[in-house]
Amino acid sequence: MTIATSIDDACAAMKAKPDALVLAGGTDLMVEVNRGIRPINDVVAVGRIPEMRGWSREGARGEVLRIGAGTTCADLTEPTIASLVPALAQAARTVGSPQIRNSATLGGNLATASPAGDTLPVLAALEAEIELRSVEGIRRLPLDEFVVGVKDNALVPGELIVAVRVPVLDGPQEFLKVGTRNAMVIAVASLALVVDRFGKTVRVALGSVAPIPVRAIEAEVLVAERLDFDGEVPPDSDLVDQFAGLVADAARPIDDHRGTAAYRRHAVMVIAGRALRRAFPGSSKVVE
Amino acid sequence: MSMVDTATVQRTETPTTRIGDSAARPDGIPKVTGDFVFSSDLWHDQMLWGGTLRSPHASARIRQINIGPALALPGVHAVLTHEDIPGSPDFGLDRPDQPVLARDIVRYEGEPVVVIAADHPDTVRRALAAVEVDYEPTKPLLDPTLAEDAPPIHPDGNVIRRIHLRHGDQEAASRSDLVSVEGTYEVGMQDQAFMGPESGLAIPDGEGGVDLAVATQWLHTDRDQVAACLGLPAERVRLTLAGVGGAFGAREDISLHIHLCLLALHTGRPVKMCYSRDESFYGHVHRHPARMWYRHYATSTGDLVRVEARLLFDGGAYASSSHHVIANATCFAAGPYRVPSADIEGVVVRTDNPPCGAMRGFGAVQSCFAHEAQMDRLAAALKMDPVALRRQNALASGDVIITGQRITGTLPVVEVLDACAAHPSAAGGPNEPMSRPGGAGRTADVEHIVRGEAVALGFKNLMFSEGFDDSSEARCVMHSGLVTVTTACAEVGQGFVTLVRQIVGEVLRTEEVVLEPASTNSIGSAGSTSASRQTWMSGGAVQLACEAVRRDLLARVADQYGVLVDDLALLDGRVVGLPNGEEPTLASLTVEPIEATIVHQHAPTLPLDDCGQGDAHVSFAVSAHRAIVDVDPDLGLVKVVELTTAQDVGRILNPLQALGQLEGGAAQGVGLAVMEEVKVVDGLIRNPSFTDYLIPTALDMPPLEVAALIEQPEPGAPFGAKGIGEAPTISSTPAVAGAIRAATGLDLPRVPVRPDDIALASREGRVSPEEAR
Repeated sequence: MTIATSIDDACAAMKAKPDALVLAGGTDLMVEVNRGIRPINDVVAVGRIPEMRGWSREGARGEVLRIGAGTTCADLTEPTIASLVPALAQAARTVGSPQIRNSATLGGNLATASPAGDTLPVLAALEAEIELRSVEGIRRLPLDEFVVGVKDNALVPGELIVAVRVPVLDGPQEFLKVGTRNAMVIAVASLALVVDRFGKTVRVALGSVAPIPVRAIEAEVLVAERLDFDGEVPPDSDLVDQFAGLVADAARPIDDHRGTAAYRRHAVMVIAGRALRRAFPGSSKVVE
Repeated sequence: MSMVDTATVQRTETPTTRIGDSAARPDGIPKVTGDFVFSSDLWHDQMLWGGTLRSPHASARIRQINIGPALALPGVHAVLTHEDIPGSPDFGLDRPDQPVLARDIVRYEGEPVVVIAADHPDTVRRALAAVEVDYEPTKPLLDPTLAEDAPPIHPDGNVIRRIHLRHGDQEAASRSDLVSVEGTYEVGMQDQAFMGPESGLAIPDGEGGVDLAVATQWLHTDRDQVAACLGLPAERVRLTLAGVGGAFGAREDISLHIHLCLLALHTGRPVKMCYSRDESFYGHVHRHPARMWYRHYATSTGDLVRVEARLLFDGGAYASSSHHVIANATCFAAGPYRVPSADIEGVVVRTDNPPCGAMRGFGAVQSCFAHEAQMDRLAAALKMDPVALRRQNALASGDVIITGQRITGTLPVVEVLDACAAHPSAAGGPNEPMSRPGGAGRTADVEHIVRGEAVALGFKNLMFSEGFDDSSEARCVMHSGLVTVTTACAEVGQGFVTLVRQIVGEVLRTEEVVLEPASTNSIGSAGSTSASRQTWMSGGAVQLACEAVRRDLLARVADQYGVLVDDLALLDGRVVGLPNGEEPTLASLTVEPIEATIVHQHAPTLPLDDCGQGDAHVSFAVSAHRAIVDVDPDLGLVKVVELTTAQDVGRILNPLQALGQLEGGAAQGVGLAVMEEVKVVDGLIRNPSFTDYLIPTALDMPPLEVAALIEQPEPGAPFGAKGIGEAPTISSTPAVAGAIRAATGLDLPRVPVRPDDIALASREGRVSPEEAR
């Protein structure tokens, strides 16, 4: 086992031991190891690499937020970062229990690439860029090229997720997650909605209703044309219903033991409408 | 909570722990700090690790088992099949119908086929993977409605038991002026979801016998089953209770007990086994899924006239305690109401689904869900208040239940109902986003929520029924002032270890108490820790043994000092009342020990006759719950906002522990109402983990308001106390389901209520948030 203290160390160890498992928070990995379905020969632990944890602003106006892959879900709910990417904080808050959130990392959520990964719809809506490192150098992939299938990602052997870049947007953000328990539950359906007032766009992505996070592009286009981005006039019921319907159309859900496809499609429709109303409450209402 | 606080304050001034005190559990702090030794912590320096190979099929023929590759692995000490069982090849709680290891057929997914002992858990894992079992999958029998007519999947047949209970005038419903309501209800398969998975350690004694430390509910019946399968006389198999991490019925059956002893005797080495969480879902029985058709008849003024019901329980592949579960479901099918005429058919069948057996509430849970839904439906048909309808028909002491048995003890049905229904609600509005339906997922805003409320009653027997010869043995020895109590009562979390100290304090007025480890070698059977029976049975045995010691002690003092026994009393470790003012200590009086051993039996019961009639039960208990729920109808998500309860307890022995039972039981009932289900598809469990078998979190279980604990001492029960562990699980589920119905206007004939059941239900009849306001 290698306990890396720098990204270079970690990459060197991963090069030397191509079949080593990368251990960060361990909240996904150790479950599989303990269940005996993930053979474990060697481990590169990346939980003690200071440069992988925390976040910084980049760009001339600080318009890009770079978040270290080792940043925990608990870290993501801290007020400062939560004010920059509220939907990411909301998603991180829905992950597991406090113990899990203290350990689970953003990079781990990406590496697992579960269809139900709670932060993934938010990263998809934000059009996040994933920064990968290996001894060969740096590779940057947009989220939709990084998550390629059910629990499948674009990492090549020896490559480590080191950071995520997301834009700091001017506008409300919402993350809603449907599960059959009021906490500590795997998403049956989830939705992230982010508003860019400057660009006059709304971006929506769904979780748990397809093999990978999916964007609801048609719904985005519809509302971009018709919304009042200055926030004076809330969307009318007709617009909300059309938006919600298009969002539901983007879902490609399946039946499984956590929920039926019919319910999942219905649920994303419901939460899409609610998310839009929350984001555009009109001048008379205050965002909660 | 106030009830507990008051009681504590009033009682702590007495020096010795007494009955009625909120005495703290001796194992409470060690359990919280991690110092308590659970069965999974057992260790022996020379021990091997055991593992079990299970059937991946719900139904298959075994053509061949090749253990060679597993046995050839370094570190593997034993690979055993059915051929290695020296005694009875089958075991079972009621009847030996379940193979210790499968022979030619497997009848459910997870059935044990091979057991292995090796030097390391990883070696065990590799060895299990190396065993070659050639299965020929066969068509499983999965639908319980087809079981009766299907070819038998077991030599004992597919009907485990049928009871056709008929009570009163069978023509009672032929009148034309009656109101009737009909419904078909369904209960999903619930798991006991204890925290400590099955585990144990078997140590061969070197002379052909074996010692087994295991977490269980009934040491002596385990011992008898293990010994029979090992082909040993009972005394050469000794069981000791290991630290139990919860039971709730799931430890009544044998799990790894026989496997461990086989491996230990075969290898001559201590062997430890500990199921993983996933394996645990295959390693114990579950609550029976049930389909129940009901028809209630009442007069137009709300007097119940007749109840008809057909109950079909899926017992899964093996009998376990199905025989008794269906009896309870049938006997209590009509609830705590006066029902002059009844026709109830209860059938439990065998299928290739996971075996089902004991779980807290034991058959009464399923029928209570149905009869309480029926009572609400009847109230609606009669345009009556549902509480008033229940009150009007409530059973009371002296009444006759549908088995023809007259209730001779206490049964405060009206009292629990009134206390619960009248209790002021403290529920606030759904202002806090996290406390709305959907919780941390932030799915609901205030305008999406509707609220509903309902009350339900639950009714069950206490202790074993139908003529079962039930006893508990206890020994009390006072030596140099120290009281040593010995019983084989399994402490599974119910608080017997606390109660023993309270009983000794009450009877012998001393805190100097040692409770010996529960074991089959030191004393006779305590019976099972189930059926709400141990406080009555083993508690009663301890009480009687302590009283015998007290009598002998006072006789000794009377004799020694030449005074009358009646003038003497015990106080704080001394004998008082001697005319000379002397107060000899218990220590000085018992240099020569005083000992008493008692076998305690409850009043005898009788079998049910062909019509399901007979004085089959010892005692009865009733409970009430009121649930207030918030529902998000569009998403079908539920938040139980408040639960209020009142319960028939006979007498409160320990207010703090009573509250613990009420809270824990209600949480299990809430779980069954809204989320807990073992999902079985094609005979295969789809969610064998706590990731997907959901149990309530702190955001799902609301504060429990205790409206009243009705203390009407039960004749014949020690201190008048009724068992209280099961009732909270029975009435909580229908109360929550009823409240969801009230909120949504939907029928919801099935628990757990799934989001689909609400959100995708036909909009017809459904209450929308706008309409509700």
